[in-house]
Amino acid sequence: MLDWLYFIPLLPLLSALLLILLHGRLPLMGVVLMGVGSMTLAALLTALVGWQFYQLGGAPVQQDLFNWLPLDQAPVNISLYLDRLSMLMMAVVTGVGWLIHWYAAAYMARDKDVQRFFVYMNLFVFAMLMLVLGDNLVLLYLGWEGVGLCSFLLIGFWQQEPDNVKAAKKAFVVTRVGDTALMIGLLMLFAEFGSLSIQAILQGQIADASDSLWWIGLLLLGGAVGKSAQLPLQTWLPDAMAGPTPVSALIHAATMVTAGVYLIARLHPLFEPQILSLVAWTGALTLVLAGLAALAQTDIKRVLAYSTMSQIGYMFLGLGAMAYDSAIFHLMTHAFFKALLFLTAGSIILKLHHEQDIRRMGGLFRSLPLTSSFLLIGLLALVGVPGSAGFFSKEAILAATWEAQTAGPTLWAVALFGVLLTSLYSFRLFFMVCFGKPGHTHRPDEFPATSVFVLPLWPLVLLSLAGGWIALDFGGVFASGPAQHLAWYLEWLPVGVALLGLLLAWWWYFPGTSEKARQSALSQWLQGGLGFDWLYDKALVKPLGCLVGLNKADMLDSPYRFIAWLNLSINQLLTLTQSGRVRWYLYGTLAGSFLMLGGLLWWR
Amino acid sequence: MVALSGLIWAPLLLGLLSWLAEHRQRGAGNWVSLAGLLLLLLLSLYLAAMGESALSLSWFARFNIHFALLYDGLAQLMVVMTILLAILALAVSWQEIDRRQGFFHFSLMFSVAGINGVFLAADLFLFFLCWEVMLLPMTALILIWGHENRRYAAIKFFIFTQVSGLLMLIAIIALALFHQQIEGTLSFSLAELQHLDLPGESQFWLMLGFFVAFAVKLPTVPLHTWLPDAHTQAPTAGSVLLAGILLKTGAYGLIRILLPLFPEAAMNFAPVAVTLGVISILYGALMAFSQTDFKRLVAYSSISHMGFILLALFSWQAIALQGAILTIVAHGISSAALFCMAGMLQHRLHSRELGNMGGLWTSAPRMATMTLVFVMAGIGLPGLANFNGELLSLLGSFAVYPAHAMVAALGIIGSALYGLQLFQRAFQGPPGKEVQDLQGRELGFCAVMVLALVYFGLQPHLLLEVSAASLDKLVALASFSEVRP
Repeated sequence: MLDWLYFIPLLPLLSALLLILLHGRLPLMGVVLMGVGSMTLAALLTALVGWQFYQLGGAPVQQDLFNWLPLDQAPVNISLYLDRLSMLMMAVVTGVGWLIHWYAAAYMARDKDVQRFFVYMNLFVFAMLMLVLGDNLVLLYLGWEGVGLCSFLLIGFWQQEPDNVKAAKKAFVVTRVGDTALMIGLLMLFAEFGSLSIQAILQGQIADASDSLWWIGLLLLGGAVGKSAQLPLQTWLPDAMAGPTPVSALIHAATMVTAGVYLIARLHPLFEPQILSLVAWTGALTLVLAGLAALAQTDIKRVLAYSTMSQIGYMFLGLGAMAYDSAIFHLMTHAFFKALLFLTAGSIILKLHHEQDIRRMGGLFRSLPLTSSFLLIGLLALVGVPGSAGFFSKEAILAATWEAQTAGPTLWAVALFGVLLTSLYSFRLFFMVCFGKPGHTHRPDEFPATSVFVLPLWPLVLLSLAGGWIALDFGGVFASGPAQHLAWYLEWLPVGVALLGLLLAWWWYFPGTSEKARQSALSQWLQGGLGFDWLYDKALVKPLGCLVGLNKADMLDSPYRFIAWLNLSINQLLTLTQSGRVRWYLYGTLAGSFLMLGGLLWWR
Repeated sequence: MVALSGLIWAPLLLGLLSWLAEHRQRGAGNWVSLAGLLLLLLLSLYLAAMGESALSLSWFARFNIHFALLYDGLAQLMVVMTILLAILALAVSWQEIDRRQGFFHFSLMFSVAGINGVFLAADLFLFFLCWEVMLLPMTALILIWGHENRRYAAIKFFIFTQVSGLLMLIAIIALALFHQQIEGTLSFSLAELQHLDLPGESQFWLMLGFFVAFAVKLPTVPLHTWLPDAHTQAPTAGSVLLAGILLKTGAYGLIRILLPLFPEAAMNFAPVAVTLGVISILYGALMAFSQTDFKRLVAYSSISHMGFILLALFSWQAIALQGAILTIVAHGISSAALFCMAGMLQHRLHSRELGNMGGLWTSAPRMATMTLVFVMAGIGLPGLANFNGELLSLLGSFAVYPAHAMVAALGIIGSALYGLQLFQRAFQGPPGKEVQDLQGRELGFCAVMVLALVYFGLQPHLLLEVSAASLDKLVALASFSEVRP
């Protein structure tokens, strides 16, 4: 079965190619069969491969397919590398990806471009699988850029809307800033290790005690923050919600945005303590910033987007605290409950005729009890209620943060504040959406329990509730540190804080208790993402646009234009002398003779 | 191997033939040219299959000038690419040319003859001759079948190339005279001149003469300003040939003549050349971003890509040289493809302004998808051909010029900016005008180019193997470069 590994990325790729070739010639059923069917097969195959992988003790498997770049000493091959880390990532991508594809088949069924949609989605899964399975950094970069392209295409899927097009461009360009850092990191790694194979790099020794590792770590972090929407490259993610909701679930919650976490976890031996501290601080700052911004959002998807940013901040914090296994654990549980949240949000949006403003929702618990319960379950897992999936992974990260040399109690306190914020914005969302008087005039009726809108959610519900009991064993991938046991009150403090958040949210946001129209300057500032967009616009976009606008005609052409002008002018000047009047010629000749004679006399 | 010279004179004859044919019957020229080019392709492939071949006939015995040709791996690659791109140029202008069709075919074939000559010449006099010869039909193409501002563009193109060619001529003559001074006889042979031991100072000045000529052709900032005008004003076939192959004669000259003849001077000059390369990458990208004319944007992006070649060649590392070769081929395909797309759009919309486009995906999804692939190739998406070239160029140059390579990598951001500008403004947004989607012939050649980009993107081996012997020689020359800091 393990030999069939390459079929897992190949299936979605083939399906995407076929869907392109048969564009406009397939009925809806055919499109869905291809698009979702290929994912079903890939997920099944992943299960089989995974079963055998763990049967064999979880030893790493390398599968060489063919040579790509024949560099002399270190050829770059298209080869897949399956170890416990990539196995888990692959399972998340194909498993959660399959459920989302399934849901998307219903969600997008009425769209006339559904075939194009599944091309992008399948292509995305292929690229994401290359990212996590690639045995070398060039292949990882292929997946990295591939998911970026698909993300761009899917954000701008409804491309008639100028806003979507703009959001797509923003996502692509901002993440490409990170990609450039990653590329430079690749160049440095090749210079230092003479190879781009991940295993060769991790096992290699750096020749001299230079500070290049420091730079490499920084550059890799740069790549990671771009893709994972962390400070300072986080601004693209909220706008990316312009894409269809299943896209937000798959790409901008469960898989692509966690690529940065995977990158750092995969290459963690390269990170020096100083850089790890920086990773932890990046995560901590982002999780607070995004939590604050989530508090002020009015669009249900933007609340979830900021929440994603904030949760990835926790993962970065875990990475920085050297708790790589906990970070990946949180990546997995987050994929479960965030996918669930986005898909339920999608159902609600659909039921309310594309209404996304939570101020105009309300009272949905009565009309959509099942969907609302799913939403609640997702939010409980997000907040980390004891027993839910999010509880275990977040606790693990918090405990590691307290203990770690590279993090410490300060960051732990920041993360604790983040827990309060998470609880606040989660329950704010829940109360505003599900309780109170409806702010809309639609009369939504619940999906039947066997509807395609509901079926794929059941596994996610189950995983959000019980996913924390999945025991992850990363064997040889991460060196296992000592088990962290904090004092009991430190362990239970986050739960208390979450409870406090619930109470505060009840007090502030529960409809009926106080319905203040919060449109203060503060909330506007928070809603706009704490002014980063404004700052980048003023500091980068505008000056660049100005510079580019000024030089549209290419100033470097002016010397040549000047030469041309000079020649023409001299030509015109000389043509003036050819007036055709004998008088002028005579005077000219006389003046010339006098000048020459006079000159001769003078010089003698 | 007299058949080898056929690669130069046969296109001339075939060009005359298709002129006559077109004269006889309207539309026949297309077919004669196509048949001729296919014949040439067969000939070039057959000769390439026979391995490396050379030819040397005495020409002007008094000056020791030979009609000397060398058809080695690198030349084979370039000649085959020339012919393929000429076929593409013909295919894309199958119905586009509305006046003097016969002469158009002659010019097209004439420029193929000139370009082939440049790639084959093993004698500097012959090289210079062909260098000038390929200029004439290209100027004619711009001047006669170009767009609204064609006179200006053609004259500018002509003067830039002429002046820089003059510097090269001076350098060639001086080189021959040096040979006479040192060895006793005049010589224009590349092989003989390579062994000449020149004094350092004069080596530098001679090198500079060649460098300017090649840098104009490549082109390199600040000698690039002819290119946006020429590209924009040229008919589609002209743009395809210009971007696809004519720019590459500059790179080829560097590889074939400048580096082998003046290794030490080139090495001393390298920091300047590499810096110019990096400036070209960034300046070209930035200028491309500011353009609103489809063709002008692609033209500036070419400057950016050629910067990678300059950077790679002057870092003179085995990997970087491979990167340069891959970039030459990849850019030949991707930029030619984008110019084809521009031509087809102009044919439909009678405009090249991005502002007049927008939302074209709705009516022309195939066109949009193909353009997306070409744009993504251009901005270096891994898996498509251009990425390999850029990656190897950067990997190789990083070993000797790390700071330059790092700054050059910033071009990745710049390329995203202009690439999206091009794609989104033309094909996304609210639907505006309706255009006819790609059909039959157009769909065919676009699909071939997509396949080529993907194939070379994943399997660059063919290109590297063909050029390996030529590159090895070049790397051996730079063996002293290993000790450089």
